[in-house]
Amino acid sequence: MTVLAEVLRRDRVFDFVLPEPDFAGGLDTRHGPILYVEDVTVAFDGFRALDRLSLYVDDGELRCIIGPNGAGKTTMMDVLTGRTRPDSGSVWFGSRIDLRRASETAIARGGIGRKFQTPTVFEHHSVMENLELAMAADKRVWPTLFAHMDSADRDRLAEVLALIGLASLERQPAGALSHGQKQWLEIGMLLMQNPRVLLVDEPVAGMTHQEMEQTGELLQRLAGRHSVIVVEHDMAFVRSIARQVTVLHQGSVLAEGTMDEVQNDPRVVEVYLGE
Amino acid sequence: MSPMLRTALVIGLSLALSAAAVAADFATLLQGLDTRNFREKMTVTEQIAGSGHPRAAAVLTALSAGDLYVDDASGRVVIRHDDGPVTDAATGEPVASHGGLDRVIANILMRRRIEGALSRLRLNAPAPQMRLKAVRGLFGDLDENTVALLRERRDAEDDPRVAAALAVGLALYDLREGSRGERMAAIDELGGNLAPEARNALRQAAADGALPGPVREAAASALARTQTWVSFYDRVEQIFFGLSLGSVLLLAAVGLAITFGVMGVINMAHGELIMLGAYTTFVLQQLMPGHIGLALVLSVPAAFLVAGAFGVVIERGVIRHLYGRPLETLLATFGISLILQQLVRTVFSPLNRSVSAPEWLSGSVVLNPVLSLTVNRLVIIAFALAVFTLLVLVLNRTSLGLKVRAVSQNRAMARAVGVRSDWVDAATFGLGAGVAGIAGVALSQLTNVGPNMGQSYIIDSFLVVVFGGAGNLLGTLVGAMTLGVLNKFLEPATGAVLAKILVLVFIILFIQKRPKGLFPQRGRAAEA
Amino acid sequence: MTADAKSLPRLGYRGGLLTGDIAGRVLIALLLAAAVAVPAANLLAPEGSLLHLSSYTVTLLGKYLCYALLALSVDLIWGYCGILSLGHGAFFALGGYAMGMYLMRQIGTRGVYGDPVLPDFMVFLNWDRLPWYWYGFDQFPVALVAIVLVPAVVAFVFGWLAFRSRVTGVYLSIMSQALTYALMLAFFRNEMGFGGNNGLTDFKDILGFDIQADTTRAALFAASALALAGGYAICRFIVSSKLGRVVTAVRDAEARVRTVGYRVDHYKVWLFTVSAMLAGVAGALYVPQVGIINPGEFSPLNSIEIVVWVAVGGRGTLIGAVVGALAVNYGKTVFTGVWPEGWLFALGALFVVVTVFLPRGIVGLLRRRRGEEAA
Repeated sequence: MTVLAEVLRRDRVFDFVLPEPDFAGGLDTRHGPILYVEDVTVAFDGFRALDRLSLYVDDGELRCIIGPNGAGKTTMMDVLTGRTRPDSGSVWFGSRIDLRRASETAIARGGIGRKFQTPTVFEHHSVMENLELAMAADKRVWPTLFAHMDSADRDRLAEVLALIGLASLERQPAGALSHGQKQWLEIGMLLMQNPRVLLVDEPVAGMTHQEMEQTGELLQRLAGRHSVIVVEHDMAFVRSIARQVTVLHQGSVLAEGTMDEVQNDPRVVEVYLGE
Repeated sequence: MSPMLRTALVIGLSLALSAAAVAADFATLLQGLDTRNFREKMTVTEQIAGSGHPRAAAVLTALSAGDLYVDDASGRVVIRHDDGPVTDAATGEPVASHGGLDRVIANILMRRRIEGALSRLRLNAPAPQMRLKAVRGLFGDLDENTVALLRERRDAEDDPRVAAALAVGLALYDLREGSRGERMAAIDELGGNLAPEARNALRQAAADGALPGPVREAAASALARTQTWVSFYDRVEQIFFGLSLGSVLLLAAVGLAITFGVMGVINMAHGELIMLGAYTTFVLQQLMPGHIGLALVLSVPAAFLVAGAFGVVIERGVIRHLYGRPLETLLATFGISLILQQLVRTVFSPLNRSVSAPEWLSGSVVLNPVLSLTVNRLVIIAFALAVFTLLVLVLNRTSLGLKVRAVSQNRAMARAVGVRSDWVDAATFGLGAGVAGIAGVALSQLTNVGPNMGQSYIIDSFLVVVFGGAGNLLGTLVGAMTLGVLNKFLEPATGAVLAKILVLVFIILFIQKRPKGLFPQRGRAAEA
Repeated sequence: MTADAKSLPRLGYRGGLLTGDIAGRVLIALLLAAAVAVPAANLLAPEGSLLHLSSYTVTLLGKYLCYALLALSVDLIWGYCGILSLGHGAFFALGGYAMGMYLMRQIGTRGVYGDPVLPDFMVFLNWDRLPWYWYGFDQFPVALVAIVLVPAVVAFVFGWLAFRSRVTGVYLSIMSQALTYALMLAFFRNEMGFGGNNGLTDFKDILGFDIQADTTRAALFAASALALAGGYAICRFIVSSKLGRVVTAVRDAEARVRTVGYRVDHYKVWLFTVSAMLAGVAGALYVPQVGIINPGEFSPLNSIEIVVWVAVGGRGTLIGAVVGALAVNYGKTVFTGVWPEGWLFALGALFVVVTVFLPRGIVGLLRRRRGEEAA
């Protein structure tokens, strides 16, 4: 019966007939926030991964999101990038673009870039080719077939290569990089897309201490030009970079504020230490 | 001579003797026919009709047909049809006849009496099945006499089916000969009745210009009522055909649902494992000529073992090396399917082999005059459901099933808690392959057994699994039945080939809407 | 670490098309040479001389070249984009049918029934006029357009349906096999108007030349060689472009490509359609050389054989597809001559051996020998 009901839902039949929101119309951040997440609920088989989550991120902000396992951090990122559709609630990019109706690709093109928890770079492609693929460009089929780099493109590529510290490895296949280098390459690929918002999922997992420090510096340098949202488990790392911290718990926001405020919040202490 | 045999012989002998005594009485009665006096013959005839003797009907039939004779030499009354063998009228046993035969002549009056007596005899037969047959036999020639018999029987009848048939017979007569009121009542009785005689009578009445208008109209509307039922039963028959096709698909696909759906291994040699099962049936029947049915029953476990063994060999020899590389698995198993096909061609023959069906699989169950279900299809449906249920139980209730599900969900974790995953893989694949073999046994009863038979099922099986949703046995059941019924409903309108193509297009469009099938696995893991 | 922009290798810059592709250069040189030499050896060298090639051999070689082009089209999508099509024989056959329709219309009054317009099988079926989709096929340019357009349209529709709903992996393989299976069933029907069971055959001439003549056969061979060379160049152009790098990325990590901002389905549909066009051209060159096209070409077995050619040669190399098609088909010719029943055993074993022991095929093996592990 549920199958029938699903098939007969007229609003969802062949969703490609629904118009996608217009990213070309430009991003409206005059009201401050660049991301509005309001009352979003996502359930998998009855389990509520997100439970009426509301969150606002300002333009140019560096925001850290922490929370115990299963708090809904990854699902929240999935919702922001169009991978998972919310069951209810609204998600806006600026105050004009409704992300619930946008495809994954349109969102990626429109200015929200994501770095995954486990680094996924194109292992058979060289470092440079990875960056080339990620570069903001006309990504339709025919232009891509005849694409070639002009000098501005090459400058941009070189700049990012230098920023992520992989210039000497540009011809290496990405599969041969160390774990930390792959993470930087991923961030570099994000940067090549000139995103307004960077979603960074556990950037320092498995890194050496030194790599961690370099990553922290990199992220702080990026904030301002981009809005950066970092999801991280490592408290020391969060403390070292964080200005504004949001604590998620059981799919909704438990606390928000500076690292000190959050750490002294009794509810947060209970979630992390108690039970 | 063993004591037991001796006892049996004694009992048999005494039975024969007591039967002989009764036969002797009846034989004496029959001697009374050996006379030229018709009045005496008539008396004897009535005594025979009233005797209740099992041979009475045969003797009367012979008398009426002029097949009853008196043997000149022995004076015995005998029956002989045309130039056939001579049999004793009283016992029905063949007798040697040396002399001439004198026909016992029946006059017209006697014949009429005999006809009536015979009908009454049959109408009053002890078995309801016989009575039903007698009543239906009379539908063809209803006249005052036979109708009188029917009425007589109606008062005594206690079997509902015979009573219904009697009512139809009387209504048929009333519709033809009765008053207007009786006709209307008869039309009411006949409407919705599926017997061809009832439909014909109504059709004639509706077209008969001699009848008053309202009667004709009533007949027409009663006929329409019947027609509704006829098309309803046609629909039921279509569904039945669809379900039987669905069962075949289910049998073919359910093994695949395990190897592909549960293990994620795509096995293009699945069709050939079905073929091996069918050939196992063929070989067993060759080994046990004269025991076709037994061979068929034995082939179910045998085919399971043969195909299962091949499956384990395939898994250990090839597929094991290709886990995590589905496209390579597909190609390698396709190679295996080619080898198996050629193997069968070389060992047996490139030609189709015929597997015979035992008697208990032939025939059909007649539910009413327009709907009869063939036994072999019924058995296939039941068999498919039984196999399916068994599999569900194996997967849900046994420790093998638990391990299979554990490995399919998280191989590393299952191994960590001590499940021997390679053993489970082999066993699961063997199970799926064995079920394919069982499907082959069933298919051998429906289609030709040949080297190419597997190919015709592999695509259909995959479509069923994809349609139902991989990894879900219930989805396979629903998918198979849906596709089977859909196919059979399309076929009359479009022809078999176009129906198949339309079903394919339907599935392609369906996959658009639900890429994970009817019953998808949900959650984050499934979407990654 | 400031990198000088000029020191960067010039991504996307096109030198010669075959820069760095030694095998490709050799292949194209060989094909161009063969396009001249083989017809010459057939037509000019006297019979009995060592250099003479019989017409049978020329046609056989021409057939191999068509297969090689077909293999190339499969390698383009399977080797570079990870789309394993088990139905590519369908596009080959569609191109073949388009050519066959042209050849049928050329027969004219020379058919058994002598009808100036209707092909024999239509007269036999008592049809009184040509079905609409046969119109224009007496014109070679129309046929030429149909040869690439019909496979392209079928591939586009199928690809659009399949790829935009993210049907991938084995699901896609099965669907593509179902596609060719359905087409086979459809073409077996007389009502389809393509000659049913018997297909199209008894061709007389092509562009006014007798189709049986040695010169025509030699020309068809040369055309096949040029088509293969051209097909190789097109494929090489595609895979060495940025688009080529996108589709290989799709092969390795499809979801990631989507997050980088490419419409993966568009790329797949595009590549699938181009590949189907190449297959259609191969089929169109094949039909006049073998003299018949029938629904058997749609059989799923044919399509999967193509895949094994590519696997044997080494997928994702282009050159491997050509090598594999030639090697396997030569083997098939030899094998079926010596032990006909054995061929399926050999083919089956080939599938197993290549996938289990030789996943990179002949070319991969040679490259590893030379220590040149392909990136």
